[in-house]
Amino acid sequence: MADNREFFYRRLHSLLGVIPVGLFMTQHLVVNHFATKGEEAFNQAAGFMASLPFVLVLETFIIFLPLLFHAIYGLYIAFTAKNNVGRYGYFRNWMFVLQRWSGVVTLIFVAWHVWETRVQAALGAEVNFQMMENILGNPFMLVFYIVGVLAAIFHFANGLWSFCVSWGIAVSPRSQQIVTYATLFVFFALSIIGLRAIFAFV
Amino acid sequence: MSDQKTISFIITRQDAADSAPYDEEFEVEYRPNMNVISALMEIRRNPVNKKGEKTTPINWDMNCLEEVCGACSMNINGKPRQSCTALVDQLQQPIRLAPMNTFPVVRDLQVDRSRMFDSLKRVKAWVPIDGTYDLGPGPRMPERKRQWAYELSKCMTCGVCLEACPNVNSKSNFIGPQSLSQVRLFNAHPTGAMNRDERLETIMGDGGLANCGNSQNCVQSCPKGIPLTTSIAALNREATMQSFRSFFGSDHAVD
Repeated sequence: MADNREFFYRRLHSLLGVIPVGLFMTQHLVVNHFATKGEEAFNQAAGFMASLPFVLVLETFIIFLPLLFHAIYGLYIAFTAKNNVGRYGYFRNWMFVLQRWSGVVTLIFVAWHVWETRVQAALGAEVNFQMMENILGNPFMLVFYIVGVLAAIFHFANGLWSFCVSWGIAVSPRSQQIVTYATLFVFFALSIIGLRAIFAFV
Repeated sequence: MSDQKTISFIITRQDAADSAPYDEEFEVEYRPNMNVISALMEIRRNPVNKKGEKTTPINWDMNCLEEVCGACSMNINGKPRQSCTALVDQLQQPIRLAPMNTFPVVRDLQVDRSRMFDSLKRVKAWVPIDGTYDLGPGPRMPERKRQWAYELSKCMTCGVCLEACPNVNSKSNFIGPQSLSQVRLFNAHPTGAMNRDERLETIMGDGGLANCGNSQNCVQSCPKGIPLTTSIAALNREATMQSFRSFFGSDHAVD
């Protein structure tokens, strides 16, 4: 990373993880939650999202490009760390490692998930309740989805914490502690939403 | 003394900067109130290992012997700390000693900490007052601020925070918590603040502030209890403002 761009790239990485990628993920989980209200409600909500005007432009600039940058630069960050929780088993050090592991798991999951849904949609398949029911009918895929969704939610919630520290929003130890509790709440709230949606298809 | 008590050591040794490390075991006669350095001195007096073989004395760095200079830092039972204040009575045996291998090993337990001194030069960790004429007294510092800054000034460049940091390693060029906190210290000084923007721009360069991954091992490990992560988060805020100032332009670059 030549010519002093690192600061910019790191900050961009941090920002994109929350806006728009994190926000999109939250919105996606909320839309999925329609599945708990039945097949018709889900299909209607998913159909509405898919039929938004300029959907390709929205997808490209709100999802794909930011996600791609966040993922590739994130891999670079993850693999330049020398994890040492064995010697320093502090809470924040565990979060540091889990942030990197969950990021890699999320990337694998999201790549598969995009292939299985969005790419298949582009190839002519219809993304609906039926499709998800078929995917999650396979117990292996069910576990894969649960792990993937929880990893993504953890990565987002803990990433919100590091966002607050990296941008200097939470400076004092007490403010960082409060943000820890707040992001813990985000993790549990989104996990309930995400898991309820998954189990609605089973 | 009824029975001879001994202390056992497993020491990671290395004969030269580029040779392979190896472990050697030692047994030292116990005396009350020993620290790790006194045990190392005992081995130096009679360099014989546990097997009874004659060996070379162990090399290590030391200076003040009262946890102020930072020179005698090493990994003791897996954690980096100063060997002068590592009391044998409080350590689990066998006591494992190893060099802080974030730094280049010179020999045995002695490491080359010069990267930290180079960092201090890079970030201009001083108050520039040199000139061709007497500038007179500088602005006064409020007493309560001085007391707060004193805590940051306790840094002895010992290297423990760099050793504990997962982002300071051979794959990364991260400058580490030690010099970042010094930027906070010198930017807080009323005269030092006159170069605030220069120091901020330096740590906003490659391998600087943004490479911190918030594992917060540094603040847990610092022997002086310096609030390193608070310094880093505060600098993050400063750097955010500085990046806006330098991108959009500002008519108060310094204050």
